[in-house]
Amino acid sequence: MAQIKFNVNGKPQSVDVSPAMPLLWVLRDTLGMTGTKFGCGMALCGACTVHLNGQAIRSCITPVSSVAGKSVTTIEGLSADSTHAVQRAWVENDVPQCGYCQSGQIMAAAGLLAKNSKPTDADIDEVMKGNLCRCGTYQSIRKAIHRASEILTASNGAANKGGVA
Amino acid sequence: MKTINKVNRRDFLKTGAAGAAGLTLTFALPGRLAAQAGAPVAKLNGYVHIGADDNITFMLTKSEMGQGPLTALSQILADELDCDWKKIRTQIAGVDPKLYGPLQGTFGSLSVRTSWQPLRAAGASAREMLIQAAAQKWGVDKSQCRAENGAIINTSSNARLTYGSVAEAAAKLPVPTTPALKDPKQFRYIGKSVKRLDTSLKVNGTAVFGIDAKVPGMLYAVVAKCPVFGGKVISFDDSKTKTVPGVKQVVQISSGVAVVADNTWNAMEGRRALKVTWDEGPVAKWSTPGIRQMFMDLAAKPGAEARKIGDADAALSGASKKIEAVYEAPYLSHAPMEPMNCTAHVRADGCDVWAATQIQTAARGKAAEITGLPPEKVEIHTLFLGGGFGRRGGDDFVADAVETSKAIGAPVKLTWSREDDMQHDLYRPASYTKFAGALDSDGWPVAFTSRVVCPSFAGLQKGVDRAAVEGIADLVYSIPNVHVDYHVGEPGIPTTYWRSVGYSQNTFFTESFIDEMAHAGGKDPLEFRRRLLANNKRALTVLELAADKAGWGKPLPSGRARGISVVNNIGSFNAQVAEVSIEKGKLKVHRVVCAVDCGQNINPAITEQQIQSGIVYGLSAALKGEITIDRGRVKQANFNEYDPLRMDEMPVVEVYIVPSQANPGGIGEASTPTAAPAVANALFALTGKRLRKLPMRSQDLA
Repeated sequence: MAQIKFNVNGKPQSVDVSPAMPLLWVLRDTLGMTGTKFGCGMALCGACTVHLNGQAIRSCITPVSSVAGKSVTTIEGLSADSTHAVQRAWVENDVPQCGYCQSGQIMAAAGLLAKNSKPTDADIDEVMKGNLCRCGTYQSIRKAIHRASEILTASNGAANKGGVA
Repeated sequence: MKTINKVNRRDFLKTGAAGAAGLTLTFALPGRLAAQAGAPVAKLNGYVHIGADDNITFMLTKSEMGQGPLTALSQILADELDCDWKKIRTQIAGVDPKLYGPLQGTFGSLSVRTSWQPLRAAGASAREMLIQAAAQKWGVDKSQCRAENGAIINTSSNARLTYGSVAEAAAKLPVPTTPALKDPKQFRYIGKSVKRLDTSLKVNGTAVFGIDAKVPGMLYAVVAKCPVFGGKVISFDDSKTKTVPGVKQVVQISSGVAVVADNTWNAMEGRRALKVTWDEGPVAKWSTPGIRQMFMDLAAKPGAEARKIGDADAALSGASKKIEAVYEAPYLSHAPMEPMNCTAHVRADGCDVWAATQIQTAARGKAAEITGLPPEKVEIHTLFLGGGFGRRGGDDFVADAVETSKAIGAPVKLTWSREDDMQHDLYRPASYTKFAGALDSDGWPVAFTSRVVCPSFAGLQKGVDRAAVEGIADLVYSIPNVHVDYHVGEPGIPTTYWRSVGYSQNTFFTESFIDEMAHAGGKDPLEFRRRLLANNKRALTVLELAADKAGWGKPLPSGRARGISVVNNIGSFNAQVAEVSIEKGKLKVHRVVCAVDCGQNINPAITEQQIQSGIVYGLSAALKGEITIDRGRVKQANFNEYDPLRMDEMPVVEVYIVPSQANPGGIGEASTPTAAPAVANALFALTGKRLRKLPMRSQDLA
């Protein structure tokens, strides 16, 4: 057991757990933040995707000791009120079906758009093929990522205009 | 009353989004009732509770696993009730045989089909009671009153009473036995692409799935199960397990040895340190090649008769052309994204179960059996299901949690790892099926025979499991001589319903073999089917629509080809055209066009989602899915060995819905069967090679 300190969604957290315990289980069982899902435990399905210092990672294979002193963002903290461009695009397109994989899909898509605000279909495939969906929402996800890209571009454009004015 | 054309799509987008904010999924704590915050609530019937604050609680008796009953059933109820969509709240009902019948569950794509009449009646009956109560309050005849968007209007005075203000009086009135249902022309919500009520919860982590249940004082558990089906614990050594930090208890239960800890990870670590000696039992003698040989041996002899039209043997012997083929399908895992899990709290006076279950009645019965409590003392709290596909009709994961909670005397969340889930599923059965077909001198069919060898998973009637032969015995085509027989081939691997059930493999077999017959007769596969479906208008309509939208017969880029398939299952009809190529030795599905007739459509957007979903599920099985058995164990353990379709393999899917006012058909399982044969038939058109064994892998085409 060890005391490990890190930030989750902007708030400092301190947990006393086994250093090898994956971040996923610390989030879900220790901190009670169940938006991040368990799917495979081997980084094969992407359901557990969160951001670590802004990068999308698989929390099911990330020992909690490795996030000490770092910042974790989960689906609960992606935005305060579901207004992140990806969440807005997901709502517009009614993407989720069962919804279980969607926290991971949204975090992976947000990670992709943070690096590449105008992804092509091939860019989307490359990143999103790591996230399984047994309901088969892939076509809606692809459409929603393109839509989120438009929302981001529009809001960046508006912000730039505002800056000039 | 508002009519359809006054309610435009934008209104629905607005009301849909607002409605989502009002969704309340109650989550009762053990020993306490769900909080009834605020205004008193009047129960007009089992489905409609109306608060003095005008909020309407719809009691949902179907499990939401993505297929959309939360939204679609709310639409049906809201339409007949004539209420304000924004006022609808949803509460997931507990088990109540008096209100909801002897078997509460979600399976067979039946949610809309079985709720359509009862929910329309419940909504209409509540509306009539509200009108009667308002009429009495005003001292006028009810013919002077009408319902509109959550209020009763007095047509002579234009006075208005909201539903909430008369609900308590209405609840005391007699329930109308034959309430007048709306004319479909007056539908406001039914048939509209109302936004899903669950989306807002599923984009920010607030949707509570079975695995997210939280109960004060809850411990966490995993179970070590015998890797061989039916195996039993002989003994176990938990000395190392008990030294793992956080491990609280190790208890034997009927499915194995449960390790209980202060979190799931520590329970898994404890299980890793556990040593169990197993009696593997008789299933350990079976491996996939031996199972296949057993099926083949059975297929050599006549089986129990499943269908007979005319004299197929005579027609075959006298035919000018005869073809024969053997088709095979493997065991499949359901592999929903949420692994099996359950939270249970067994006490002396009752038991609470929080579960993502498809069959509440079975879950309650199992918990009652284990605890010795009367079923009324068991409360089933159904949460969102992270996929079901038939798997969550099982009660094995419920049993694990209830037994463990009973043994330790505390609430426990019991979680299966992905490996547990994949290696202890209740599988789609494997099948070995022979076909023969006879053609006349013009190349048209005169006989069709099939012998199905497949484990039985839905019970036998005169030696035949109807679920094992569906998709063959109920042949959609008119052929004058048909004979289908069946053998139970049973090695003891647990099996159950898997999205689209028997059709999941049998439609691949039948639609591929019909394609073989078409080619043997020198016919275009579409023309061949059209002629054989001349008396089946709904099947013919979807076939022709899919062919038309896919551009059947029109040129394609070189290296591509099309294949077609059709099915009538779950009360619906669909046809698909797949477009395939082989690029650098790799099979690729580019496009799937699906035409569907599911009768009266409740929500076209959800229908389209379900058709896409079913196609992806079908393609995963068609191209990649295979569970193999080695000495009674499942070899595949995780998604690296049983890999579903991924984003980069996703074809473009187009869905066309045939308008219909026929009784609603099912939709959740409609499109899964047709995906594999459309691809196989396209591959034959492309390569001349007929793939008769699933999954179809690129190397099989080399």
